[in-house]
Amino acid sequence: MDRTEAVAREDLVTFLGAATTETGQDGFYAAAGGVELDFLHEYVLVNYRELYAATLAASINDRNAGLVVANLLTQPGDPIARRSEGALIAARLRRMPPQRVWKLFEGLCRAGRGNRRLRAIAQEWLDGRDPAFDAVKYRRAMRVVVRHLHLRVPADVADVLTGRWRRAGWSAGGGAGGGVGAGGPAGAHPSGSVLLETWRRAHFEDRAVFDLPFTVAEGLAARRGIRRAELLRRAHLTSHERLRLTTSAGRLGVAVAGDLAAVPLRRLTTYVLSLDLAERERRRAELTQALRAAARRAVARTDAAGSWGRVAAVLDDSYSSSGSTPARRAPLIAAVGAAFVLEVMAAQFRSAWTSGRRDALLATPHGSTDLAGPILDALDWAPDLLVIVSDGVDTDPPGAAGEVLRVWSERIDDGSTAVLHLNPVFDPDRYGVRTLTPAVPTLGLRDPADLPLLRSLAGVAQGRMTRAELAEWLLGHAT
Amino acid sequence: MTRLNDGTGLTDGTGTVLDFAGLQPRPAQTWGDVALIPLVRAEPIRDLRLDARAVGAVRAVPAPDGSYLVGYVPHAYVATWTPDGTPAASYGTQLLDPRRPPATAEPTRGLVKRVRSAADDAARLRFLPLVLALDGLLGLEFGGPSIAWAELSRRVVRQGLSPRCEASIRGSDVAGLADALRTFEICAGQCGLLLYVAGQLISAFVVPHPADYRALHASLLLDLYGDVLRELPSQGGRWEPNRAGAGTAGAGDHGLALPAVDSLSALRAALARATDSWAASAAETWLGPDLFGDTLTFAPAYRMGRYRLARFLPSFDRHRDNHLGEAIFGPQGALAYLHTYRLSMTQVRRGRMLRALRAADWDLDATAAGLGVDRAGLMVQLDAIGLAGIVRPDLAAAWRAARRRPTA
Repeated sequence: MDRTEAVAREDLVTFLGAATTETGQDGFYAAAGGVELDFLHEYVLVNYRELYAATLAASINDRNAGLVVANLLTQPGDPIARRSEGALIAARLRRMPPQRVWKLFEGLCRAGRGNRRLRAIAQEWLDGRDPAFDAVKYRRAMRVVVRHLHLRVPADVADVLTGRWRRAGWSAGGGAGGGVGAGGPAGAHPSGSVLLETWRRAHFEDRAVFDLPFTVAEGLAARRGIRRAELLRRAHLTSHERLRLTTSAGRLGVAVAGDLAAVPLRRLTTYVLSLDLAERERRRAELTQALRAAARRAVARTDAAGSWGRVAAVLDDSYSSSGSTPARRAPLIAAVGAAFVLEVMAAQFRSAWTSGRRDALLATPHGSTDLAGPILDALDWAPDLLVIVSDGVDTDPPGAAGEVLRVWSERIDDGSTAVLHLNPVFDPDRYGVRTLTPAVPTLGLRDPADLPLLRSLAGVAQGRMTRAELAEWLLGHAT
Repeated sequence: MTRLNDGTGLTDGTGTVLDFAGLQPRPAQTWGDVALIPLVRAEPIRDLRLDARAVGAVRAVPAPDGSYLVGYVPHAYVATWTPDGTPAASYGTQLLDPRRPPATAEPTRGLVKRVRSAADDAARLRFLPLVLALDGLLGLEFGGPSIAWAELSRRVVRQGLSPRCEASIRGSDVAGLADALRTFEICAGQCGLLLYVAGQLISAFVVPHPADYRALHASLLLDLYGDVLRELPSQGGRWEPNRAGAGTAGAGDHGLALPAVDSLSALRAALARATDSWAASAAETWLGPDLFGDTLTFAPAYRMGRYRLARFLPSFDRHRDNHLGEAIFGPQGALAYLHTYRLSMTQVRRGRMLRALRAADWDLDATAAGLGVDRAGLMVQLDAIGLAGIVRPDLAAAWRAARRRPTA
C-alpha cells in the first residue's frame, strides 16, 4: 500500500513537472514533445483521475490545462466525480486566455465531440463572457463551436457569426433574423451592440476601425489600406499590446510605451530581457523597480514577504538558457523572474549566476554551465533554502553539480538547508524535467509567480501523503 | 623529356611536430555520435588575429584595434578582403600584414562564383562549400608531374592533377553535427576544438584568440569533412546532450565521481582534485604525442613576422589516422592556428600512390617497381583509386588487357 502511494506521489510530481514546462515548442536541446506528452496525460488520467483533475487547480500551464480539460470531457468517468471535475474545469477555463479556450472547444467540435456535459460547460463559460466581443475577436472559432454545440447567443451576435449581418438594413441590436441553431432567448446578456455596430461600420469606414480591439483592427486596417503607423497611433491598445509593440512601433516612429506597473512578472521579465544591454543599463532604476513590484504582486496572496529566511539562488545563464527560436530565452526568463521572487520572499538573499555575473537585470545567455562552483559557494553560506534554476545540463564539467549535491546530501547535510532544483525545460526523453541528482527534488518551473507553490510541492514530493491527501493539497493550493 | 616547374609541391619536411603546449582540453560536450572537446588557452595570442578585412562587419568579433601584427585568413574563407571590395575566397590559409593590402596572397576569384552571394549575407562569415576546399588543399600539395614522361596522359602533363574531385561531406550533412555545434556551450577562453564522430578524431581546429573562435565556431558547420564519415559506424539512437560514454571511447565520459567527504571545504577540494587530475590525463590522452605523432610531413608556405604557416601531409600509413591540414606556428613552435581534415581510407591510398609517383619523379615504371608490382598491377591500383586518368589512354588499355591475359 505504501509503495502504491509513493509511486502515485512520484507520478504526480513527474506529471506536474511535464505539464508545467511542456509548451509544444522546440527547446534548446530537444524538439517539442508529442507522443511522450500524450502518453503521460493518458497514463495519469487512467490511473489517477482525481489527481489528474486536481492538477487543473495547480501551476500547470494553459496548454496542458487545455489537454486535461479535453481529456476529462471526452473520456467518461465516474458520474459522482463529474460534479467536482466540472467545478475545477469551469474555474480553470475562467483563468485561461479566451483564445485558448475557444481553440480547445473548436478542436473538440471539429473532432466531432459533443455531449451534454461539454455543452453545459461551454455554455457556462460563454455566459461569463461578453459574446459580442468574442464574436468580433474570435469569430471563426466561435462560429464552429456555437453551431456545433448549439450554444445560446444574442440574436445580433448570431447574425455576425452566420454572416447575416451583411444583409441590407441590418443593424446591431435590431437584427434581421433569428439565432444560430437552437437560437434560444436572446438578450440574456448585454448584447454589446455598440461593438458589433462599430465592427460592421469598420468594413466601410476607416474611422470605425480604430475603435475595435487592436488585433481585429489590424486585419481590417490591412484590408482597408490604413498605414500601420497610423493604426498604432490611433488604436486602443491593451497594456500587453503596448508592451509587445513598443519596439516595433518605435521603428515606425510611434511611441506606444505603456505603464510597466500592471504587467505580470513573467511577461515583464520577457520584455526586459528582450531589450539590449545598453538600454537595460540606461533604464536600470525603472526596470528594477518594475520587476521588484511585479514580483511582490505575484506572491502577494501567498506567504509573507521575507518569511523564507536566508535564501541562496544558483541561476543558469549559460548558452543553453537562450532557449529556441519559438521560445526565445525561455529558461533565462524563468531564472531572472525566480531571482526577483526569491529576493522578495527572502529575509537575506544571495544569488550567483553560472557565468559569474551578479546582475540579474543584465543576464544574457553566454558560455558553458558551471553549476558546481556556485552551488558550493551557496552552501558555504549555510542558507535555509537553496534554489537552483537550471535546465539540468551542466557541461563544465558534466555531472559535477549532481555529484556535489549527492555527496553533500549523503554526508554533510545536517537538515538545516533545503535544496530545490527548478527546471524550466521539458525533456521529452524523460517524460518530464531533467534532474541533477535523485538526492534533490526537481520540479518544473514556468511562471516564477508559482515559486511559493513549488516550494511546498517539494515538501509533498518528499513527504508521505496519500492520494486523497494529495488531491486535497492540490485543491487547497489553487493558484 | 621536359622538365616542368616544380609547382607548389612538397619540399623536405622541416621536422616540425604539432605541439599543443598552452592548450588545455575541457570536458567533452557530446551529442549522440558527435563529441566536441573544447581546447582552452590560458593566455590568448594577441598579435596574430583573424584579419580585420576578413571579419568585415561581423559584429560578433570585437574589431581588432590594429594592435595585432599579423592577420590570417583561414583556407576557403570567403570575405570581402580584396582591395576592390569584391568577395573572394582564400585558397589556402593566408598570412597577411594588416597594414598592407594582400599582395602575395591574391585570392582566387574563379572560385567565388560557386558561393551564393545574396546582398544580405555580405556580413556573414562564409567558407567555400565542399569540394573546392579539400580539392584545393590537395591540389596545393600535389602539383602534378614535374617531368613529362611519354607514358603520362597529355591532360595530366598539361594541367597537372586538377581538376581533382575529392568526395567530401559538408558539415551540415554530418548526422548530429549541426545539433552538436548548435547546442555546444563555448567555454571561457576557448581557442580550439577537437571534433570526434563515433569515437574517431575527424578534425582538429585551433585559433589564436577566443574572439576568433567565437567568430568561426558556426563556420565549422559549413566546413567540409572527409568522406571518412561514410566509413564510420553510426551508433544511432536518440541524441542526448552529454550522454555518458557517448562518442569518443571515453572522451565523452567525464566519469566524475567524488569521494564521500564530511565537510564542504573537503568537498570543494575533492572537486578541484578530480577536475585537475582529469585535465592532466585528458591533456595526455587527447593532445599527447599520439594525436598526430611525428609522422606528419610539413611544407613551409609563408613566414610573416614571428609566424610561419606550414601545410602538412600525413604518413599515409593505413594503420593510423591520417590528417592533412594547415598550421601556423609562433615562436618556439607554439601552435597558433591549426585546421586538419581526416582522410578516408581511399584518400589515404590515393595519397600513398601520389607520394610514390612523386618519389619516382612520375616515372611509371619506377613507381611500379617501388610498389613491387608490374605495369599491369600498377594499372589495377590506379583504377581502384580513381587515378587511371594520369596514364595515356592507349597504354592504360594495353596494360589492362595485359592484366586480363597474363603472358605466359
